[in-house]
Amino acid sequence: MSMTTPLAGYLLVAALLFAIGLGGALARRNAIVVLIGIELMLNAANLNLIAFWRYGPHPEALTGMMFAIFSIAVAAAEAAVGLGLVIAIHRHTNTTELDKIDRMKG
Amino acid sequence: MNAMFYLLAAITLAGGLATVLLKHLVHSALAVTVAFAGLALMFLQLDAQFAGFAQILVYIGAVAILIVFAILLTRGADLPKHGVFSRTWPLGLVIAAGVFAVLGWAVISSAGAIPQQNASPSVTVHDIGIALVGRYVLPLEILALLLTAATIGAVIVAMHEKERPGS
Repeated sequence: MSMTTPLAGYLLVAALLFAIGLGGALARRNAIVVLIGIELMLNAANLNLIAFWRYGPHPEALTGMMFAIFSIAVAAAEAAVGLGLVIAIHRHTNTTELDKIDRMKG
Repeated sequence: MNAMFYLLAAITLAGGLATVLLKHLVHSALAVTVAFAGLALMFLQLDAQFAGFAQILVYIGAVAILIVFAILLTRGADLPKHGVFSRTWPLGLVIAAGVFAVLGWAVISSAGAIPQQNASPSVTVHDIGIALVGRYVLPLEILALLLTAATIGAVIVAMHEKERPGS
């Protein structure tokens, strides 16, 4: 029924990709895969922004497009800092498995 | 909804699923690159050329390489002994399925209110550049500051610390 509108199709793909990323971030042990899952969730949000920009009433205002471009740049900064943190944690604890990094557990 | 959309959606979602499910981290990194490429092609399909090429440059060119570097620097290529999924993975699966159910229900139930502009927008890179130095100049400057801070911060965080005496 709703699949006749293209925007609904893109929104469903984005929702599914977001859920896949969330599942990966919650279910995997390795900190790097958790970060990759977060990147997938950010990308799903970008797909939503671009799809709304394309099928929205005022694409010439560029709002959704700009939001997606800024979001891509912020995600790149986040990936750099996150992976730097993973490398620093690996140097201190010699592991990237999140189940074993529990030094702050009370 | 044409065949191209279904093909790109299948590539992207298969890449995402493979990322989450594959055991070897290097395979995960390759699969996530496929998902990024599928998304970039979807952006091109949505007439967002600039965002599509930015996606290719930033994600495939930079983030995927960073991920591979991090995997190799942390010796993540070795398989862990106790499996790749954490103890609480069924809970994570339930939460992800619940989030998808809510999002999918929201999209399908609001199908009547979803905007439907079918004319392809004619936005050039020139327009985007003018908007970036015009209306969006303050966010652009803040973003430049953020990227500088993040670059310096990432280097400092990952830099090798010298052993302090007494510690």
